[in-house]
Amino acid sequence: MLFFSYFKDLVGREVTVELKNDLAIRGTLHSVDQYLNIKLENTRVVDQENYPHMLSVRNCFIRGSVVRYVQLPPEGVDIELLHDATRREARGG
Amino acid sequence: MSWAGPEDIYLSTSLASYLDKKLLVLLRDGRKLMGTLRSFDQFANAVLEGACERVIVGDLYCDIPLGLYVIRGENVVLIGELDLDKEELPPHMTRVSSTDIKRAQKAEREATDLKGSMRKRMEFLDLD
Repeated sequence: MLFFSYFKDLVGREVTVELKNDLAIRGTLHSVDQYLNIKLENTRVVDQENYPHMLSVRNCFIRGSVVRYVQLPPEGVDIELLHDATRREARGG
Repeated sequence: MSWAGPEDIYLSTSLASYLDKKLLVLLRDGRKLMGTLRSFDQFANAVLEGACERVIVGDLYCDIPLGLYVIRGENVVLIGELDLDKEELPPHMTRVSSTDIKRAQKAEREATDLKGSMRKRMEFLDLD
């Protein structure tokens, strides 16, 4: 549940989601669920020329199982907080 | 993607906000299906009405009508809402018939096969 809560805090931020098929999509994080499915708004594909079919997609749902990376805004990462939360979770609390 | 009440479907990851809209579904094998979302569940299994596959080869494209499709969720990569006001594809792309697109697909496949076999034959050169 840690990463679910973590991503929930990032809602509204600009992120880049890189998929296992190498497609990278940048957009505003709209929502996330327990499977780490992601909804993005105002999306644009990083490598637009190679993905012409994505041109008119503004909002999208991405299945959690196909995500390789989520690139976050630097200010969205509080390592200290994440570290503490990880230890808390590992202790079962 | 839990089932959410009508007041918060627009805030959640639920696909409910995409119901009855025209969508683009990207599949794991690279296929692109378009159609109207009529049903879905927590696995992203989805029912598309009036589905068609959009085949793109270079600057050519073709929409092949498929009918009513039930997509198994595990094959779904992305479900995108199509902005109907925007041009769906860049203006330099031309629509062709299904026979033409199949011919183009075959030519592209043969070109990649040829490239692969040439590379294989040149392997002894230790190019990379």
